[in-house]
Amino acid sequence: MKGIKEKTFQAIAYIASLLTAVCLIAIIYGIFHDGLPLFKFISWKDFLFTNNWYPVYSPPGFGAWALIMGSFYVTLGALIIALPLSLGSAIFISEIASPGLREIAKPVIELLAGIPSVVYGLFGIAFLAPLIRQWFSLDTGLNLFTSSLILGIMVIPIICSISEDAMSSVPHSIREASLALGATKSETIFKAVIPAAKKGIIGSILLGFGRAIGETMVVLMVAGGAAQIPKSIFEPVRPMTSTIAAEMGETIMGDLHYNALFALAIVLLIITFFSNLITEIVFRPKRQK
Amino acid sequence: MVERQIWTSNLNLWFGKNQILHNINLEAYKNHITAIIGPSGCGKSTLLRCFNRMNDPIPFMELTGKVYLDGKDIYAPKTDVYAVRASVGMVFQKPNPFPKSIYNNVAYGLQIQGKYSKSEIKDRVEESLKAAWLWDEVKDRLHHSAMSLSGGQQQRLCIARALANKPKVLLLDEPTSALDPQSTAKIEELCLALKNSVTILIVTHNVAQAGRIADYTAFLYLGELVEFEKTEQLFTVPKDKRTEAYLTGVFG
Repeated sequence: MKGIKEKTFQAIAYIASLLTAVCLIAIIYGIFHDGLPLFKFISWKDFLFTNNWYPVYSPPGFGAWALIMGSFYVTLGALIIALPLSLGSAIFISEIASPGLREIAKPVIELLAGIPSVVYGLFGIAFLAPLIRQWFSLDTGLNLFTSSLILGIMVIPIICSISEDAMSSVPHSIREASLALGATKSETIFKAVIPAAKKGIIGSILLGFGRAIGETMVVLMVAGGAAQIPKSIFEPVRPMTSTIAAEMGETIMGDLHYNALFALAIVLLIITFFSNLITEIVFRPKRQK
Repeated sequence: MVERQIWTSNLNLWFGKNQILHNINLEAYKNHITAIIGPSGCGKSTLLRCFNRMNDPIPFMELTGKVYLDGKDIYAPKTDVYAVRASVGMVFQKPNPFPKSIYNNVAYGLQIQGKYSKSEIKDRVEESLKAAWLWDEVKDRLHHSAMSLSGGQQQRLCIARALANKPKVLLLDEPTSALDPQSTAKIEELCLALKNSVTILIVTHNVAQAGRIADYTAFLYLGELVEFEKTEQLFTVPKDKRTEAYLTGVFG
């Protein structure tokens, strides 16, 4: 009897993992199947590197450069805002805070990760954008800066939590070794603990990058949505994700515009694939000789 | 005549309400090895860590009495703790090299001080590795990770790392308890060679080890310094019954 139970359980687990793999393959297949026909109409070079996204003109333009750069700028801005805040709080929680404070601070920061992105978007539209419009006397508060700010706040918990884990898992003996050699606490943090936690910190930044570049709802709501290369940080932008979300409803299944949005999805997929791949390589423990 | 290098005067230490050390008066002499022996939990390590102020970061630590290094009280106000720690090196129970290259492990203390040129550091690294008898084993792979070394080599690297600061005193906290017998023997021989240039205080739970290398031995029991004598004297004619009982293995 036990043998049958055991076999059934193994079979169920096997089927579950198989289904997951099938889902992944189906998604990739679907995106490539509906995206690749675009390249019969324009070359992939023109698609990636020209700046004329006019999908409903005639003749239509499908140069996605501005959208790709939109995604890139928003993500870069988010990381610039998130890095000092999240690494600073990770250092504080792991190295400086008293145990009692640590028990409170870490869950509070991780709580930020649980807020749905649409709520961040609402907050951006309703409170942050008007403030930024006023402060900098702009025509609109929905721009690159505002969306970077919100996205930055969104990725703080990811980077902070993972790099804090990496720092606090550095053995106590490493800190003692450093202190015993005459290093101060901050020298110990920057020259012994952080170098020892380097892998986890880099991994956390890559995960934050993946989260920011794939985020749709926030940028759809607060990035402003203009398909242009921004000349300043206060101009609206339109990342790939919000383009797909905003325009999908206007397309007819199977037309070129529809294919073009899938082609954007291919670009996103490739970018996140590579950032995950690098994360995987960074995180993988090195074999000892 | 022996000359004192580092010593305590009426040293008491508490962690919160627990008094760990009771009125300790212990002296370590220049170019001699002093061993601190005693059963687990008797405060040996805590006492050792008083000599380089490594108990300072522990919350609710309180200390009365004095610890002198060359006649200067290292607990006096305005003492530069970091300078004290640079001149009183410490090696821990488990080898704890940084996950950096062999070279950078030894250079760490000098780089922190920031007053040495690259070539000075390079010379000092070589000198320290030679002094710790590790140079020949690692000279061709100075930039490999320290984690690739064996346990015994790692511990000698930790000794080299401490020596790079040119300390006056070297504190060894059960340095061989995680090592195999051969590595242990090598480190013991190394201690005997090192005492010509540095004063050594070693905590050990291995009585035989104290007998092999220490010139002076202190027996610590329940936070009290029961007996402190020349090693042969303490081993052959202990004055206190508790010392005798510990040495003959009645408890411990």
